[in-house]
Amino acid sequence: MLARIGTIALQAAHSTGEMLALLLETLYYFKDARRNRREIVRQMSEIGIGTLPIAGMISLFIGMVLALQTGSQLALFGTQEAIGAIVGLSMAKEFGPVMTSLLVAGRVGSAMAAEVGAMQVYEEIDAMRTLEINPVRYLAMPRLLACLTVLPILAVFSFILGALGGGIVSSVNPVINVPPTVYYDNLVRAVDIWEILNGLVKATVFGAIVAQVGCYVGFKTTGGARGIGQSTTRAVVMSFLMIIIADYFLTRLMM
Amino acid sequence: MRNKARVFSRENFSRLAHAFTHMPPECPVSQDEYETSRGVRVQIENLHRTFGSREVLKGINLDIRPGEIFSILGPSGTGKSVLLKHLVRLQKPDAGRVLIDGIDLNLPLTETGGDTFRYSMVFQTSALFNSLTVGENVGLWLREKQIYPEKRIRRIIRDKLRLVGLGGRESMQVSDLSGGMKKRVAIARSLAMNPDLILYDEPTAELDPVTTDELARVIEELKGKVNLTTIIVSHDLSFALYLSDRVAMMHDGEVIAIGTPDEIRHSKDPLVRRFIYTTTKGLKGI
Repeated sequence: MLARIGTIALQAAHSTGEMLALLLETLYYFKDARRNRREIVRQMSEIGIGTLPIAGMISLFIGMVLALQTGSQLALFGTQEAIGAIVGLSMAKEFGPVMTSLLVAGRVGSAMAAEVGAMQVYEEIDAMRTLEINPVRYLAMPRLLACLTVLPILAVFSFILGALGGGIVSSVNPVINVPPTVYYDNLVRAVDIWEILNGLVKATVFGAIVAQVGCYVGFKTTGGARGIGQSTTRAVVMSFLMIIIADYFLTRLMM
Repeated sequence: MRNKARVFSRENFSRLAHAFTHMPPECPVSQDEYETSRGVRVQIENLHRTFGSREVLKGINLDIRPGEIFSILGPSGTGKSVLLKHLVRLQKPDAGRVLIDGIDLNLPLTETGGDTFRYSMVFQTSALFNSLTVGENVGLWLREKQIYPEKRIRRIIRDKLRLVGLGGRESMQVSDLSGGMKKRVAIARSLAMNPDLILYDEPTAELDPVTTDELARVIEELKGKVNLTTIIVSHDLSFALYLSDRVAMMHDGEVIAIGTPDEIRHSKDPLVRRFIYTTTKGLKGI
């Protein structure tokens, strides 16, 4: 039993070390971003434009549900006017960055792991090495840079749509019945630039997690088609776990 | 103080920044370097490699001359492809060394002063990049190295594709190619590097006899035009014996025979004879 725990701990430490090495190498190649601008733009459009409709839809409904659940409880005490602040803060600091990151991890992180994994299995990464092209620069750097850029934008978009959804429900629902102007005033009073920045910092960190985990798991793929499938699942699970854990620590740090 | 300075040296930082891939930093290639291609000498000295408990390479010794076509033959699973990967730094030996024109591939580039040769490899699976077109695959290295302006790169791509019988297919998608066409694109991609050493891993695998013949013609033509060293790993006996200047036969991680195709054909070694005089795929028995 002890030996097993020791082996798992050693493997975890090894993987962490390798992920840090990958991060360092990826950051090192940021200097060559101009050379890979085509791929960076392609990744940005794939992550951003591809995720935009679904992120918008999810955020809108999360804002609506949030307003419905919280507003009806606040109405019992006659304090439903605070709903704008609650929805705004929740969307800016938590739901916006976390939901969009989980969405991107599921949609894009898994695709990254599958794509890089397939390249690993079918010797394309070996071919890249023989062509003197560093696979981290060619594959990981554009993906990390794209995630770092796009995730904060998606988080802001998610905040706006969530706040909008909350506003609609607050004004339309007869139990809550908060006029849009009151909702808006409360929201603007509660959500200052610091709260937005808070969300942006989280989205940036989560973006780094999605790209790094997707690429790392991809690079480590072995074992043919089955291995690629396993990598896809592993990338999603690892990203989700790391995003939630990082969310707690970032929240604690920025309180 | 001096030690501290050494720890924070540029070289150490570079090594740390490449700790994941362990690849040397990418170097630019000048037009002069690109345009001069020559055959290189490849020396393999007492090479050992073990995976888990299985010793795949058991002290391989080979000396491949500049400009020759050298084939490594042997049954599947004898370590031929593993050996080939040692020649392009995709594998590191447990013991022994590989020298290309006297430069030890295991030593860091900072110690050797950098490679003075270019090598490329044609993989068994072709290993083309599916997200790129045929032309983009062939021109990838040239564009990455930015040796020439775009117009010149396009001309080189056109020429290399024509050389392998695929002229005018630049804009095709890789997924639309047959196995033989993929292999030829992979060769064109390797040739676009204007290498001094080209390695083929099972080049005839999955190819029909007609395409195999075409491939042999391409490699032969190249020998006439460019003075590069060619190493072929294959278990396609007639292909290797037809093309090669010399052949090495591997069995169970060891080189059991080296010689010209004629010497191999007339070898008295029972293992060699068993491999080359098989019933269905070998030569006709004597």
